[in-house]
Amino acid sequence: MKKVLVLGATSAIAQATVRLLAARGASLYLVGRNAANLEAVAQDATTRGAAKVESRAVDLNDFAAHESLVDAAYAALGGLDGVVLAHGVLGDQTEAQKSWAATETVLRTNFLSAVSLLTVLANRFEAQKAGTLVVISSVAGDRGRQSNYVYGASKGALNVFLQGLRNRLAKSNVAVVTVKPGFVDTPMTAHIPKNKLFASPEKVARGLLSAADARKNEVYVPGIWALIMLIIRTIPETVFKRMKL
Amino acid sequence: MKALESWGRYPRVEQRTQPLVWRTDALPQPGGTVLPHGLGRSYGDSCLNGGGTLLLTAGLDRLISFDAATGVVRCEAGVSLDTLLRLAAPRGWFLPVTPGTKFVTVGGAIANDVHGKNHHRGGTFGRYVRRFELVRSDGSRRVCAPDENPDWYGATIGGLGLTGLVTWAEVQLKPISNPYVLQETVPFGNLDGFLEVARESEKDYEFTMAWVDCLARGRKVGRGLLYRGNFAPPQFDGLPLAKSHLSHGVGLAVPMDMPAFCLNRLSVSAFNWLYYHRQNGKPKQRLTHYDPFFYPLDAIYGWNRIYGRKGFLQFQCVVPYSTARDALAEILERSSRGGLPSFLSVLKTFGDIPSPGWLSFPRQGVTLAMDFANRGEKTWRLVEELDRVTREAGGAVYPAKDARMSPESFAAYFPQRERFSRYVDPAFSSSFWRRVNPVALPFSLESERGPAASRPQSLLAIR
Repeated sequence: MKKVLVLGATSAIAQATVRLLAARGASLYLVGRNAANLEAVAQDATTRGAAKVESRAVDLNDFAAHESLVDAAYAALGGLDGVVLAHGVLGDQTEAQKSWAATETVLRTNFLSAVSLLTVLANRFEAQKAGTLVVISSVAGDRGRQSNYVYGASKGALNVFLQGLRNRLAKSNVAVVTVKPGFVDTPMTAHIPKNKLFASPEKVARGLLSAADARKNEVYVPGIWALIMLIIRTIPETVFKRMKL
Repeated sequence: MKALESWGRYPRVEQRTQPLVWRTDALPQPGGTVLPHGLGRSYGDSCLNGGGTLLLTAGLDRLISFDAATGVVRCEAGVSLDTLLRLAAPRGWFLPVTPGTKFVTVGGAIANDVHGKNHHRGGTFGRYVRRFELVRSDGSRRVCAPDENPDWYGATIGGLGLTGLVTWAEVQLKPISNPYVLQETVPFGNLDGFLEVARESEKDYEFTMAWVDCLARGRKVGRGLLYRGNFAPPQFDGLPLAKSHLSHGVGLAVPMDMPAFCLNRLSVSAFNWLYYHRQNGKPKQRLTHYDPFFYPLDAIYGWNRIYGRKGFLQFQCVVPYSTARDALAEILERSSRGGLPSFLSVLKTFGDIPSPGWLSFPRQGVTLAMDFANRGEKTWRLVEELDRVTREAGGAVYPAKDARMSPESFAAYFPQRERFSRYVDPAFSSSFWRRVNPVALPFSLESERGPAASRPQSLLAIR
């Protein structure tokens, strides 16, 4: 990935990924909501050696702007061969249970906006017969649990969408990489007490990039989550529904 | 609240933490006092805030700009010196002043006005800080530089993180021809030998420091090895590379707390004897990468664990040249007789280049750093004695390495204390600051200390 569009560039995992890409001398088009924070990430990337950095502050929940956003990224970098889709919200499960509005926000941000963006991007990449689409999903999408099934549903739906997209784009030489991080120590999880399963954004970013380089399909980062989720998925539903997870 | 410790692993104090994420965000106001906390490499309690909140600056680690033509780098305060080196060294620039570990933040280097092996040539880190932004709890933001808000500039450099939060800083780096150092090791037989070799080395060498055998006594007191070096010129005459030339190597790690018996008088004594005699008393030259030359201990990840769970007390003092010989001899004799081996003791001369920081520790003279495994009463009594000798010799003790100096000592060491305290942010405090300013104590010291770290009762009697 030499010319990369990063969606949600101010998220912790995206920032760590941007650093690694910058050190490789990639050209970057950074998208986030907060202009000042985005500027800080852009300066960091430039100083660390990115060939070119452009940024744009937009709310990705404005679906109508997606087409022009992708146009702008293509124009700024003179083409695109990589996308890192990293924007998303954790939401609050309790709030979501009480209100459809809270549930809808999670679904719109994590699923619908991703689908809208990927629809535009997949068509471009399919036409150019090249490129890598890297999407940050979550282990939470592997099985619905009472503690965060709304977030999990948004990521689970995303995973299925990506499977289909991968299936469709395989013949066009376009890689679709689903990255499933476990617990990551970021501002998104600042309120949660940390344990040994929490990984640093840097570690997740390294896993993400090596998966992208290898054009993998679905990866768990860190790898231990493949085993953990295998066990979680294997528990029979009759047992699972009685568990407190 | 959770129990946190600093690099010396003593004391352990209960406090809250709050990560900082963006430099333009408003300063958090969690209630109670706050203190910026970077990578926690201060040894004692100057980077702890018992009962209050630590503002974790590790997330403020973005670079802002780097001019490869002038060597001026601007970055957020949580950027580590390691990050700066990785950025600058391949492009022909180096830190103007660096402490013995690269795992400190730029903010921490400012707050403690750190020094390095080139103090006699370059002074302290603060001299190379061109400007920085200081955010106060009243919401104000000021850019501080020698000619812009100079009072805030002088108070914040060496100001122990108490004047507010430094969000970003601009540092002048210095040019190097290549990342290798031409290093020479010179043995000296005692303190007089050290003073002689150090004086002579300052003329021709940018970097000097000496390892001292802290268990040697009598005529041999203060014997050791002086390391002196200069960055190698672009082309050098083919000295063999040291085995440890690999850059940024991740070396050994101390996997767990070492049991206390590993570090005793016999083992340290044997180590010191071998270390001193390994080159047969002759000067030795070699070429070495900057990484092992400046940061030998960084290669042993978590080396502070060798002292075990009770941690250690670090003692670093500086004494003027006029009293240095006698005072240092007494300090070394006492620590040797105390039977508490210091794993690594370092001697270094400070030059007369003044620091812009009011509360800066380095001043002209000779500095000695030692660490002592914390074995309670005995250790405390010894270090208190060393403190007394320092005070009587007209010297000073380094706050960044202290966990126990008295308010009286602090006042004696830092004559600008009164002027400085007017610039302390009312919402900022530290365990250290409350200890050395007991009048301003909002709650009792004892409540800050966990049970494992309880201080010997009779300590107050010693003072």
